[in-house]
Amino acid sequence: MALADVMLAVLWLGLTAYVLFGGADFGGGFWDLLAGDARRGAAVRAQVEHSIGPVWEANHVWLIFVIVMLWTGFPSVFAAVASTLYIPLTLVALGIIARGAAFAFRKVSDEPRLRRLFGAAFAFSSVATPFFLGTTAGAIASGRVPPGIAAGDLLGSWLNPTSMTTGVLAVGVTAYLAAVYLTLDARREGATELAEGFRRRATATGVVVGAISVVGLAVLRTDAPALFAELSSWPALPVVGMSVAAGLVSLALLRARAYLAVRISASLAVVGVLWAWAVAQYPVLLPGVTVEAAAATDAVLAASLGALAVGALLLVPSLWWLYRIFQRTAPESSRTVAPPRADTR
Amino acid sequence: MDEVLLAAGATAADLAAARMQMALSLGWHIVVACLGVGMPALTLIAEWRGYRTGDPAYRLLARRWARAMGVLFAVGAVSGTILSFEMGVLWPGLMGTYGEVIGLPFSLEGIAFFIEAIFLGVYLYAWDRLPPVPHMLAGIPIVLAGTASAFFVVTANAWMQQPTGFDEVNGRIVAVDPWAAMFNPATPPQTAHMIVAAFMVAGFLTASVYAVAMLRGRRDRYHRLGFLVPFTVAAALTPVQVAVGDWAAHFVAQYQPVKLAAMEGLFETVAGAPLTIGGVAVDGELRGGLEIPHGLSLLAHWDPNAVVTGLNEVAPADRPPVTVVHLAFDLMVGVGFALLALSAWAAWSWWRRRDLPRTRWFLRAGAVSGVAAVLALEAGWTVTEVGRQPWIVFGVLRTTDAVNPAPGLVWGFVLVTAVYAVLTVATAYVLRRMTRSTPVPAALEDSDVDSFKVV
Ligand code: HDD
Ligand code: HEM
Ligand code: HEM
Repeated sequence: MALADVMLAVLWLGLTAYVLFGGADFGGGFWDLLAGDARRGAAVRAQVEHSIGPVWEANHVWLIFVIVMLWTGFPSVFAAVASTLYIPLTLVALGIIARGAAFAFRKVSDEPRLRRLFGAAFAFSSVATPFFLGTTAGAIASGRVPPGIAAGDLLGSWLNPTSMTTGVLAVGVTAYLAAVYLTLDARREGATELAEGFRRRATATGVVVGAISVVGLAVLRTDAPALFAELSSWPALPVVGMSVAAGLVSLALLRARAYLAVRISASLAVVGVLWAWAVAQYPVLLPGVTVEAAAATDAVLAASLGALAVGALLLVPSLWWLYRIFQRTAPESSRTVAPPRADTR
Repeated sequence: MDEVLLAAGATAADLAAARMQMALSLGWHIVVACLGVGMPALTLIAEWRGYRTGDPAYRLLARRWARAMGVLFAVGAVSGTILSFEMGVLWPGLMGTYGEVIGLPFSLEGIAFFIEAIFLGVYLYAWDRLPPVPHMLAGIPIVLAGTASAFFVVTANAWMQQPTGFDEVNGRIVAVDPWAAMFNPATPPQTAHMIVAAFMVAGFLTASVYAVAMLRGRRDRYHRLGFLVPFTVAAALTPVQVAVGDWAAHFVAQYQPVKLAAMEGLFETVAGAPLTIGGVAVDGELRGGLEIPHGLSLLAHWDPNAVVTGLNEVAPADRPPVTVVHLAFDLMVGVGFALLALSAWAAWSWWRRRDLPRTRWFLRAGAVSGVAAVLALEAGWTVTEVGRQPWIVFGVLRTTDAVNPAPGLVWGFVLVTAVYAVLTVATAYVLRRMTRSTPVPAALEDSDVDSFKVV
């Protein structure tokens, strides 16, 4: 395997981690948005805030990691994508700002009016951001980002049937993952009723996301026939099949309330979509541009990958420690369920 | 190189918008980033003192700073993310060719960000779950990783000032030595100056909050310590910063003489060049400034009669804007010396009486020191970045050739500006409310500390 392929694989692993962890944090905002008025939604919002609070910043770094690896490993591809898709990417960036800032602001605000305002900004941007990010994936997958700087259609590249479908799919995936993860979090903390609510949401979104995927394949067939042909043949087809199977298993596991197992199967279903796309498109990154042609020089790839390998020695145990501390049952003192904290002395 | 003058197709308005958007988002991020580098250290000092002495004032300070840090880090992380997008969205001509050359420091920075975010999560959210010593140990990686990320990102900027470590044939990169690119000649002075600036900004800003409270009559132990701890850190670093700034100036004199000429408003190459303070550039000369004979030659080359390069050595198209760079430089140096005087005043009083100066003027100066440090910071970056013009990569790539040629960048700039305006107001409002909604009790007790929630 050439260094460029290793780089691409590492990049895609980073993207996978971002979708699984960061994506679920976005989904938390989705459920926050749909939680209803302040009183009825309080329990859901508190659970979302509690579950993603300590980890979202670390999860968010995966996105930065992917961007940086892209411009280090495949600079011309980064330039082509960023310049042609500058409109949705600017919207993504602004959505990220609104979401992270509003989340942090809401947590420390105790005025109900402010909490509602920040909560709305957090929830709305949690849905808009994955949508626009999804449209960029559709733009690349359907071959609408040509090589060169701003060489593609500034609007048509991301306002098209494939991009709209991938945008909606991205939102659905985040909502699905979040609901699945939150069932276990809620049950671990003894909130059985809340867990049941998330179970119902997870099942419903699972079905909806499955349906969107089927529609998406139909769209690809007319809108991006080349990608569709690759997806429906060896070697991508088995990955697609794995994803479908994992999705069906997840529904059964949700029925059986096997919340830990369904975390794994639901993640696999999502990972399947991502990697099926990668396998189908490999080795072409942009129309007429292969991995090999776009890759940075070997010295750069070796240095960056080496640095990452050394960094991983620090990161893996630290990440493990972080998740372990917060996956243990919380002691009473740090469980802040009641949102109005207006205990001014 | 001269043929590349042809503009890349972006209109002048789009280019201006892109530059202003970059300057706005960088200039915003850098303030929060400095707090992100400096505040964990201040908080750890307070937490450690509180642990050793049991003093509730220190312990409450640590908790309250940690709570503010939680907000600032979130804002720092998201305002940094937009920068990574903008590198490609606004400057594809830079990243498409040279992205790989500066890729290594950014990869390393990514690792540092991870460490920072992970341990921050542990430090803030597990305050009451971990015993004190492991908790403080969990804070140390935040300080190290924050400093490291400042180092890495500034090496990338240093490379834009002194591009080394690559071979280019017909606009294509054919060979890269990523370590040589990262450790270019500009790296040592620039990174040292930036890291010291970060701690100064964090220290003076935090101290100024307590100086304001003390001016309003809150002179209890809690507020005194809240002023003293960060002020001491920042004041101790100020003389170091002036020395490092001098090093940076010598570096510029040697490696970017045209930038130095712009910084000093020197249009003609002369021996025994004077130092001009203030003034604006009109028709190829600096007007209205105060001249100190031989000053510039002395400062830049340690020799009152040394020859100093003027702007006339390069074609007008290769000169940076003079007035902005010159005034920004004067502002930074002026603030640097003012802060040095303030630090010396405090040190002298402490040495004589083991106490801060009694006059209210000292607290007034302390109250503005934070804003002053931020001004110096922004002014310093203006010198560095505007002084690098018209090059985005000094001597290699022009800014006009790097900008995204797509139409409509102006609208992106308008949108980003609006979002940043809201973000600024919201951040300031939330931070203020945090101090108001849970006031510090006059007689602090342990129960006040224990009931204060960090997150
Ligand atoms: C608290 C902030 C602060 C203070 C008090 C000073 N500086 Fe500074 N300066 C910075 C913060 C800063 C900075 C914002 O951090 C810069 C921008 C880029 C960099 O590396 O540091 C900078 C850049 C910068 C440069 C340009 C370097 C380049 O373009 O490569 C020079 C020549 C100086 N400084 C010199 C000084 C001198 C002589 C000072 C003493 C009085 C001084 N600075 C005080
Ligand atoms: C450390 C890494 C940094 C990188 C990689 C970087 C990169 C860039 C780029 C790509 C541009 C646009 C091109 C140009 O106009 O020259 C720019 C401009 C600018 N940057 Fe930086 N920058 C860095 C740090 C900073 C910081 C921290 C500030 C903080 C204030 C800053 C201030 C500016 C300003 C004021 C401009 C506009 C200059 C002009 O008038 O064109 N830079 N920088
Ligand atoms: C001299 C300039 C800079 C310094 C000292 C600096 C420092 C920092 C620090 C300490 C953080 C951690 C968050 C915080 O403390 O609030 C941070 C966040 C970030 N910065 Fe900067 N930064 C600088 C310029 C830049 C530039 C030019 C870029 C990108 C091109 C950038 C990208 C980021 C990103 C992506 C994050 C978010 C990381 C996270 O999620 O934790 N920074 N920066």
